[in-house]
Amino acid sequence: MTITLKNIRKAFKTNTVLEDVSLSVATGETLVLFGPSGAGKTVLLRLIAGVIEPDGGEIHVNGQNMAGVEPEDRGIGMAFQNFALFPHMDAFANIAAPLTARHQSKAVMKDTVEKVARLLKIDHVLHHKPKELSNGQKQRTALARALSAAPSILLLDDPLRNVDAKLRFEMRLELPRLLKDQNATVIYVTQDYKEAMALGHRIAVMNGHGIQQIGTPQDIYLSPANTDIARLFGDPVINLLDVVPERRDGRVAALISDTAIPLLEDYVPQIGQACILGLRPEALRFVPEGTPGAIPVEVEAETPLNEKTVTLALTLRGREIMVSRPAGTPGPTSGRAHIAVDAASAMLFDRASGRRIAPVHKIIRKEEVA
Amino acid sequence: METTSPVERLLRGIAITLVCLFFMFPIVWIVLMSFQTNETILRVPPSVIFAPTLENYTALITGKLETAAGTLDIDFMGNLWNSLFLSTASVAVGLVLGVPAAYAFARLKFRGSEDIAFTLLSFRFAPPLLVLLPLTIYFQQLGLANTYGGLIWVYQLIVLPLILWIVRGYFEDIPADIEYAYRIAGHDFWSTFRRIALPLAGPGIAAAGLLSFIFAWNNFVFALVLASADKQPVTVGALAFVTASGIQYGQVAAGIVLSIAPTFALALYAQRYLVEGLSLGAVKG
Repeated sequence: MTITLKNIRKAFKTNTVLEDVSLSVATGETLVLFGPSGAGKTVLLRLIAGVIEPDGGEIHVNGQNMAGVEPEDRGIGMAFQNFALFPHMDAFANIAAPLTARHQSKAVMKDTVEKVARLLKIDHVLHHKPKELSNGQKQRTALARALSAAPSILLLDDPLRNVDAKLRFEMRLELPRLLKDQNATVIYVTQDYKEAMALGHRIAVMNGHGIQQIGTPQDIYLSPANTDIARLFGDPVINLLDVVPERRDGRVAALISDTAIPLLEDYVPQIGQACILGLRPEALRFVPEGTPGAIPVEVEAETPLNEKTVTLALTLRGREIMVSRPAGTPGPTSGRAHIAVDAASAMLFDRASGRRIAPVHKIIRKEEVA
Repeated sequence: METTSPVERLLRGIAITLVCLFFMFPIVWIVLMSFQTNETILRVPPSVIFAPTLENYTALITGKLETAAGTLDIDFMGNLWNSLFLSTASVAVGLVLGVPAAYAFARLKFRGSEDIAFTLLSFRFAPPLLVLLPLTIYFQQLGLANTYGGLIWVYQLIVLPLILWIVRGYFEDIPADIEYAYRIAGHDFWSTFRRIALPLAGPGIAAAGLLSFIFAWNNFVFALVLASADKQPVTVGALAFVTASGIQYGQVAAGIVLSIAPTFALALYAQRYLVEGLSLGAVKG
């Protein structure tokens, strides 16, 4: 089942939520809608589910125009962010709701519900009412309800938002397998970039009325369309430093700590323009003094996280710069240090618009993404 | 948990007792009066000590009113039946019409929906006498005067706005997502209304039904003007106790006791529905 959106517009009174949104999702693909709250992710899901109608544009499911097709006839499974369980029915009846609509026999229904409940580890609470369930169990019940009729299209609206960190982590590992087994076309909404990168074949970044960038998790991480997106993906956040590229010793370079950082030759047209240099903390590394091109910095603080150590340093001009390195590797803890930058990993953004200035020759890097 | 000092609890108890006394005293006095004869009722000073008699109740039930001027036929039991029938039928009709309308006003925001809803509520603002005169003439021409159907129709002026506005609030309190989820699960509009909206608004519908039943039961002026003796409810029927030879206080009191008994019982029974409230534990608070 494919989903295609063409030039979707939606406004609530005078408040425009979606403007000219086009999107297509292939059969069996998991597309993650990622963006801050208020970006229109949930509205987009509801439009596809058919509970609200677009002001303009078309929604096609498997090539069929969905205009005027009632939600119950779209064959979609959906899990709501607020769970939206039926409070007067027990978990079993909640999960069985899509099956009763399909007039299945009692025995088949019981089998199906129990199977999906076992899969999600809620088979022991099937006869509890929603208010007797923990948040995690509610979330699983809502997910089980979306899955029970094995729909070929699944819309998951931030299903892990309201569950505790441990369960969220577990589900982040389990969900991809679960979704793969269902072989469904999935649209998954989240505000968590790690979830987006873990679950999505592709990610659509939504911000301000529409989709700003759509691509594989690698694409988004390594070639963000603008500084906003660069900031949203990555922990610790990307270093963004105002620079004006200039020509130094015959090469294009940006100055940090009065040291020239060589940039790609593709950035010749940006010489003399106000730009922002984006450096991922993990693309920086500490080097011994005297290494060619090393930038002198003052180490301010070090934060050991479990799997990595983040160092906050100041450049000679007092600009903050963060360096991330795998935990257990040596690094300075205070005083003067030097860092090196890989020219290929440095991103350049236009300072006025925030848009990334793509190098002319696209660089393909196969690097581990943190 | 709130903690209260013994003094505070004592003062609170006294205050509640005073309020109860204030509101319950007339009812208690009426109950006492219903077991007395006119002579003991009109004693000066009044006293709570008397020889109880059941003759007021027997008079009402047999329909024979003994007065100084002779025996009078009254149809109090018929009035009681009329009240029961008119109120029940009015509430039933009101629920059948009002609940779907309330749902429409709560969920389907259509052009002019607020105006229509407000117009229906405004029926409660106008004094009944304002509409009664023209209504009497219409009813006489249409042949609806002194019919149960006509009265039930007019009673909708009391019942419908009440049901509409109470139930609408309950429907609005149901998160729309719950209904959306049921639709997406594959159920059509009607089964979603029946299986999700109606049960979840159940306490509200019960409350609205109960309140409108009491309002319909207590109505006086519509029935006074539009119904003659055989269709009159108790509120109007009680006028029969004002006889040529004086007011039969004992029978009036017994009549009141009998006529408040059904609504009193209903209120006691339905109280738990009113208190139960919506328990929407399925949606995060």
